[in-house]
Amino acid sequence: MKKSSLVSFLSGQGVLIALAALILFGWLRYDHFLGLFNISSVLRYQSMSALVALGMCFVIMTGGIDLSVGATVAFGSVVAAMLSPLPYGMLAGAAGGIAAGLVVGALNGIIIVKLRILPFITTLATMLAAYGAALLLAQDQSVSASYDSGFTDLGQGDIFNIPIPALIAGVAYVIGSVVLNFTSAGRTVLAIGGNEDASRLMGLPVDRVKFFTYVISGGLAGLAGVILASQYGAGQPTEGVGWELVAIASVVVGGTLLTGGLGSVGATLAGVMLLGLIFNVLNFENGRGFISLSAYWQSVIRGAFLLVVVIMQSQLTDRADREGAP
Amino acid sequence: MAATESTASPLLSMRAISKAFGGIPALSAATLDVAVGEVHALIGQNGAGKSTMIKILTGYVARDAGEIVFDGGPFEASSPQDAQAKGISTIYQEINLVPYRSITENICLGRESRRFGLLDWAAMHNEARALLSRFKIDVDVRRPLMRFSTATQQMVAIARAIGFKAKLVIMDEPTSSLDEREVNVLFDVIRQLRRSGVSVVFVSHKLDELYAVCDRVTIMRDGRTVRTSEMKDVSKVELVASMLGRDVAQVAKSATAFGGPSTHIGATTLEASHLSAGHKVHDVSFSVRKGEIVGFAGLLGSGRTETARVVFGADPVRSGALTFDGASFAPRQPEDAIGRGVGFASEDRKLEGIIPDMSVAENLTLALLPQLTRAGVIDAARQRAVVLKFIASLGVKCSSPDQPIRELSGGNQQKVLLARWLAMGSKLLILDEPTRGIDVGAKAEIQRIIKQLAEDGLGVLMISSELEEIIEGSDRVFVLREGRSVAELPHGEASEAAVMAAMAHGEAQPAEQEHA
Amino acid sequence: MAQAEIANPGVSRRRDWRPFLSRYATLGALIALILFNLAITNNFASWRTLDVNLTQVASIVIVGVGMTLVIATGGIDLSVGSLMAIAGALAPIIFLGKIYKIPEIHLAVAVAMVVSILVAGAFGWFNGWLITRFRIQPIIATLVLFIAGRGIAQVSTNGNLQPFKLDEFQWIGLGRIFAPGNPTANGFKGIPDQVLVMVVIVALAAWALNRSLFGRQILAIGGNERAARLAGVPVATVKRWVYCISGLCAGVAGLVHIAINSSSDANLVGMGMELDAIAAVAVGGTLLSGGRATVTGTLIGALIIQLVRYTLLANGVPDDAARLVKAALIIGAVWLQRRGKA
Repeated sequence: MKKSSLVSFLSGQGVLIALAALILFGWLRYDHFLGLFNISSVLRYQSMSALVALGMCFVIMTGGIDLSVGATVAFGSVVAAMLSPLPYGMLAGAAGGIAAGLVVGALNGIIIVKLRILPFITTLATMLAAYGAALLLAQDQSVSASYDSGFTDLGQGDIFNIPIPALIAGVAYVIGSVVLNFTSAGRTVLAIGGNEDASRLMGLPVDRVKFFTYVISGGLAGLAGVILASQYGAGQPTEGVGWELVAIASVVVGGTLLTGGLGSVGATLAGVMLLGLIFNVLNFENGRGFISLSAYWQSVIRGAFLLVVVIMQSQLTDRADREGAP
Repeated sequence: MAATESTASPLLSMRAISKAFGGIPALSAATLDVAVGEVHALIGQNGAGKSTMIKILTGYVARDAGEIVFDGGPFEASSPQDAQAKGISTIYQEINLVPYRSITENICLGRESRRFGLLDWAAMHNEARALLSRFKIDVDVRRPLMRFSTATQQMVAIARAIGFKAKLVIMDEPTSSLDEREVNVLFDVIRQLRRSGVSVVFVSHKLDELYAVCDRVTIMRDGRTVRTSEMKDVSKVELVASMLGRDVAQVAKSATAFGGPSTHIGATTLEASHLSAGHKVHDVSFSVRKGEIVGFAGLLGSGRTETARVVFGADPVRSGALTFDGASFAPRQPEDAIGRGVGFASEDRKLEGIIPDMSVAENLTLALLPQLTRAGVIDAARQRAVVLKFIASLGVKCSSPDQPIRELSGGNQQKVLLARWLAMGSKLLILDEPTRGIDVGAKAEIQRIIKQLAEDGLGVLMISSELEEIIEGSDRVFVLREGRSVAELPHGEASEAAVMAAMAHGEAQPAEQEHA
Repeated sequence: MAQAEIANPGVSRRRDWRPFLSRYATLGALIALILFNLAITNNFASWRTLDVNLTQVASIVIVGVGMTLVIATGGIDLSVGSLMAIAGALAPIIFLGKIYKIPEIHLAVAVAMVVSILVAGAFGWFNGWLITRFRIQPIIATLVLFIAGRGIAQVSTNGNLQPFKLDEFQWIGLGRIFAPGNPTANGFKGIPDQVLVMVVIVALAAWALNRSLFGRQILAIGGNERAARLAGVPVATVKRWVYCISGLCAGVAGLVHIAINSSSDANLVGMGMELDAIAAVAVGGTLLSGGRATVTGTLIGALIIQLVRYTLLANGVPDDAARLVKAALIIGAVWLQRRGKA
């Protein structure tokens, strides 16, 4: 069986199956697992990782990587918090945070496309810069966000019992899916990751599309920062640490190839939920008292997941190379 | 319908094209004419200039002189995309499409159909199906390209070209990865293109194919167009002769520094039976004896390099047997082969031979290094001694042994690479195109060195595309054709005619009659 | 045969002159920075300044040495910070006798140090194994331990701080040799042990890279892996060892870190170290694509970055702005590398 279908099948369906299994397990084992409170808080918290993972998914699909998103979240949260006391606080804060993310993304895009420096090094450096900028602006402390202007409603509020951040993330994913599947730019993203040289030869606007994936990744991270500031009532210049890795792990677990060219927005969301639910399940398990698995286990489990998926991907690649295309 | 001699103006006319790279001429007043609705073969050995012609035509490089007229007007392409937009598309040897993407995307990306600003998949799928049905291909266009055979992938590339309204399609070695049945499908498609008025420039080394589908042929050599003729007016052996610049009837004069055959040939060192590996090696058998130079002859793509790599343990073997000095030999890594006493100088020095940033001394002793080491520390004095010895005996021109090897000329780099194996005391040396990219004087030096190695008792397996090297240098010649060893010619029987005939037809034949 | 033409066989050996040149460039930058500071920063020319800067740079350089070797083969190691945490978590568990109390304290410390460093090395070997056995890209393979490694350290300590006061161990972070009896405020206080460790490791690695079989094989692989393989270099074995060494270095750095802090916090040890190490390597002149490497360059690169930070801090610029400068430095250095190579 050729690489693409096996990988997508196993990873795409596999993630959904694993997710369903985990939900089933939780529902059977714990009280209130599927209760409104738990679902609501899980969704509210995971929406931030989901946004970051969406941007990362696009970047990875072009064959690149963005290590600066965690820092961008922090940066965005600080800017949003600082702008939140203004009139129309919610809008001002949101616009500011997103803009901050777009700026970081654009910086990444320019350096990667024009200076042709590897995405890995570039985004490592912008990660540093974004943290520096965040700490500078915030003067090394949390920046309180304004409750009066309604800014915090964004992160803490609900519409029809659905947390607003989850709605935002949901809309983002729908848009992302449409862009990926129904626009030329979206298909170009996948083409670039599949074979960048061929894409250029085919006349596709490779540089422009690459630039925009980094801009979008930054923007979505900025948006996640806005939600962060709004949820916790403060912009946190030291938050976001390690978020990029969770995002990468979610994307990979969801079946997107790290080398690019193949991926699914929906599967990424499933990956986010799967990795996030592990944390949730651990909390419940601790509550039961039978075992006490600290939250630290989640890093280990996440790492293990990533390991398994990556090895699987490499085995399938090897087999496809050996028996597949001449 | 074969294209007739057209009195109408040609579709494409390239005249007096010249191009030099860094002062070295690649093309000198070359020409190419292609009529409307014609399938035109373009052939020549490596370095003959045909790739440069194509690159100039498709906009990869700019020409220095000459003019191009296409479709009635002067033609300039700034890039392949530009050439595509102007009606000239190229199908490459490696499929330059995106394997994970569906057939539809590979055909339509870049000129998509839209509805309300979003991609209209239904319309695009239909278009893709319609284009492919012209080639009698009926597949699920929504599936990823990589799930289909190479032949189908080639068709998709052609379909893309047609979708972009190409008037001229250049096909560069399109059949190199196709089996017989797939090749016939491709040929039907090409005949269809011709019928609908699209011209094809067909670049290939497989001479039989040219006769099957092409109308005329242009042969290039040394940057010049040496002959253009109707396919029906020229024989295969004449094609080979023109490509190589040999007169079939002439007895070869000594053109190399090899001198006569080897004098002390001993027992068999290497024996290979029915080797099969990868995609290029199907059934190769040969042997090399102590003190003997064995030549591998064959056109490009015949599987010589691939066979050599298998013998060296660089690539895995699928079936077949190898013995070395009478004992079973199954190297899985180059280290294994090196341990038994085999050395290998690959055909692309830059890609697989030299470590560019390291010095002459380090490159020379790279394989020997473990033996120059005591307790993990390199014995610098011994290393120095070895290096100086071989620099002297091979005449390597360098400012010092510490000079970075990338600064040396091709000939001197090759000497260092040879020395790498001589320093190991190898028993069998595999040399892939040992004099490629080397100027005339250094060529002779290297040939003399190789001869001396055989006299000293080494077995040498020499792959070369230069016929005179093979003919004069080999004690025995094995001819490979499309992955099979088809002839074994001892020195006396290995005339140019015989070797060329084997390369062209596949069996050793008595010297061809002169073509009238 | 034409006579060999060798200009001066007796001329002193100069290997790979390019990293030499770029090292001079980086050395020049370092000297310029020092001169600049001598001019405008108060109290710059004092032992205390040297002390402070060298101490802060030591663990980065130690990790950087391992990173240099990894990058020289064309790879990268993102797990170093997490491996530091693992070593830093394991050592106190052993010498504080949390699992098994070793009676003699010096023995306990010795066992603790050796085991922690070896465990970090074993994890490094694991990285190498992933890369060679499954042909996983180094950045992804080492990402696994980046994520899971710190978790392992946290799990083994349950995220708790392990404070201690143990001179027999803390010499590596706080001890000094040649310390005079009555040091003045800014005067010579002896050479910190970790600086000594750093110097030894740098010297060893630099020598090995230049004079040992292993070192040359590393550079051959980074220079042209295909050619190295065809010349019989045991590519997979060398790569596994190189990642193992990177782990060992991280282990040492982890011990230094917890020794300085008199405590081990698995949440914090080694945080951000991978970035610092890669930055030092890049600024120091080692090519990120492999094949040309300089260990002393990494030392100089780390010093440059440290000195830039120090210059800014000493002259009133906030630490966070220094981060921005550091980021720009990295981009600038890598870009210059690319220009030079192209």
